[in-house]
Amino acid sequence: MTPSELQSLRELIGRHKRYDILFGLIGVLATLVGVITLLALFIDLVLDGYGRLTPEFFTNFPSRRASEAGILSAWVGTALVMLVTLVAAVPLGVAAAIYLEEYAPRNWITELIEINVTNLAGVPSIVYGLLALGLFVYMLDFGQSILSAGLTLALLILPVLIVATREALRAIPTAIREAAYALGATRWQMVSQHLIPYSMGGILTAVIIGMARAIGETAPVITIGALTFIAFLPPAPFSLDPVTGQPAGPFDWLFSPFTVLPIQMFNWVSRPQPAFLENAAATGIVIIVATLVMNALAIWLRYRIRKNLKW
Amino acid sequence: MDNFPTVTAGTVMTTQAHRLSEKKLRKLKEKAIEVVLFLAALSAVATTTAIVVILLYEAAGFFEHVSLVEFFTNTQWTPMFVNPQYGILPLLAGTLVTTGVALMVAVPVGTIVAIYLSEFAPHVVRETVKPFLELLEGVPTVVYGYFALLFVTPILQIFIPDLPGFNMLGPGIVIGIMIIPYIASVSEDAMRAVPMSIREGSYAMGATRFQTAINVVLPASISGVLAAFILGISRAVGETMVVAIAAGQQPNFTWDPTEPAATITAYIVQVAMGDLPHGSIAYQSIFAAGLVLVVMTFVFNVLGHLLRKKFREKY
Repeated sequence: MTPSELQSLRELIGRHKRYDILFGLIGVLATLVGVITLLALFIDLVLDGYGRLTPEFFTNFPSRRASEAGILSAWVGTALVMLVTLVAAVPLGVAAAIYLEEYAPRNWITELIEINVTNLAGVPSIVYGLLALGLFVYMLDFGQSILSAGLTLALLILPVLIVATREALRAIPTAIREAAYALGATRWQMVSQHLIPYSMGGILTAVIIGMARAIGETAPVITIGALTFIAFLPPAPFSLDPVTGQPAGPFDWLFSPFTVLPIQMFNWVSRPQPAFLENAAATGIVIIVATLVMNALAIWLRYRIRKNLKW
Repeated sequence: MDNFPTVTAGTVMTTQAHRLSEKKLRKLKEKAIEVVLFLAALSAVATTTAIVVILLYEAAGFFEHVSLVEFFTNTQWTPMFVNPQYGILPLLAGTLVTTGVALMVAVPVGTIVAIYLSEFAPHVVRETVKPFLELLEGVPTVVYGYFALLFVTPILQIFIPDLPGFNMLGPGIVIGIMIIPYIASVSEDAMRAVPMSIREGSYAMGATRFQTAINVVLPASISGVLAAFILGISRAVGETMVVAIAAGQQPNFTWDPTEPAATITAYIVQVAMGDLPHGSIAYQSIFAAGLVLVVMTFVFNVLGHLLRKKFREKY
């Protein structure tokens, strides 16, 4: 090899090494796009809305005057809708996951269910709103109520819940199942006394992720017709109606009109007055803190479970 | 099981019979539980069926008044006007433009992030970055809408002075950023599934990490990466709140991203915000629009999952 050939070879190697380092840098930058956006988003919201985060903001109803408007009806609505979603989605999702992971025979019905779960995870959320508008609001006549919204969001997070619960169940070694069977346990005894307790952490993570998704969902709840201006709270069980003096039934609140935090934010962001934009930003802070705390909790829980695995 | 000689029934026999009936009961209980669990799993099929039935049922009412030809060729969408026009093209164009802008952001950035995380990043970096990306995915879309309208668009207006306050560019970019984590994580999964021996072969020939990533890992995982893009398209098409807030809600048949326009999803939101009488054509029109949306995302989802599966079978 002549010195000049050697020289050009060295240059080639040097050039490729430089490309390598350069791409490493580009990779870091590209990854930072996400982190920077998250920071910019948060700082932007805090700068715009921090001034409105007073205690009154949480205890006032929405109002025509921006400075007096608050999110009382919105956060109460969100809490109640989440309660319905939780009660409806968790048993259904966990039961479906247990069936698919522990019971399902390998046949076309199982295959069909699996395809449906995968496909439902990809259906745009607004389509769930259309489903609920036709099915819950008009066909089943639940009206534009907390019940309709809770059930809609339950259907929406069902695939998330099923997939994550199955993963938690799959992480339990077969030896545990065999040990239970060897002691004469039936399948349900094995599932209820071993698998469910052992996968509790994973199931909890799945539930938190699902609820974090549901709390920020706007489009499906708008589609079923949640109102944007609500200046009253759903009737508490057995409270007296101020007009008729009749006590409310224990479940009357399920059928009450309502609004939720993201819709309140959407309503305020659609108004031209800058004062309402501040309210929107403040509501945004409340929503984002709620979802980020839930997501962070889920990530931390998953990390802990991975670390403390007994097997 | 019931033909035990009861004549000679001693204590032994009765306990045995007792045990047997207990066993029978237990089997019955087991079966009942299995049926309940099966029904829960079947709810997924029921949901899909309900979506299809409701959309088809309400859209059928719509298509009694509007012909398919008009629906797909008319370039005006004005259901609220006195003389209503029902052409889906303007909404479709709005959806495609915002999706296109989103992809121009998400495809390059998402792929680079995936390559970086899978081939370059040290273990510690990967483990810290991934939760951050997950958090980015967890931000509610209504907040992204606020961000697009009041942060991204004003910044864009510095570079494009006559950009209107409502436009498709800002929300498109924001949707792109939103789906970066998704594209990155699906592509990274695909890249990490490429066997180490293939990489080592490349390194043994003197290739750098970058050369290995571009010439070996990327081609080997290409169907998984394409699947990530296609699943990303499906998400961008179905995105609602960002465009409803920041793109304006006027149907506008244009391919220019600097103009305001409504997407299919934004139209559904806009109609749902108003108080529409149940059963009117305008009410049915959101189901027709929803049907178009479902068909589009379904095609992309199936394509994406097929590609992903094909890739998984290879190694």
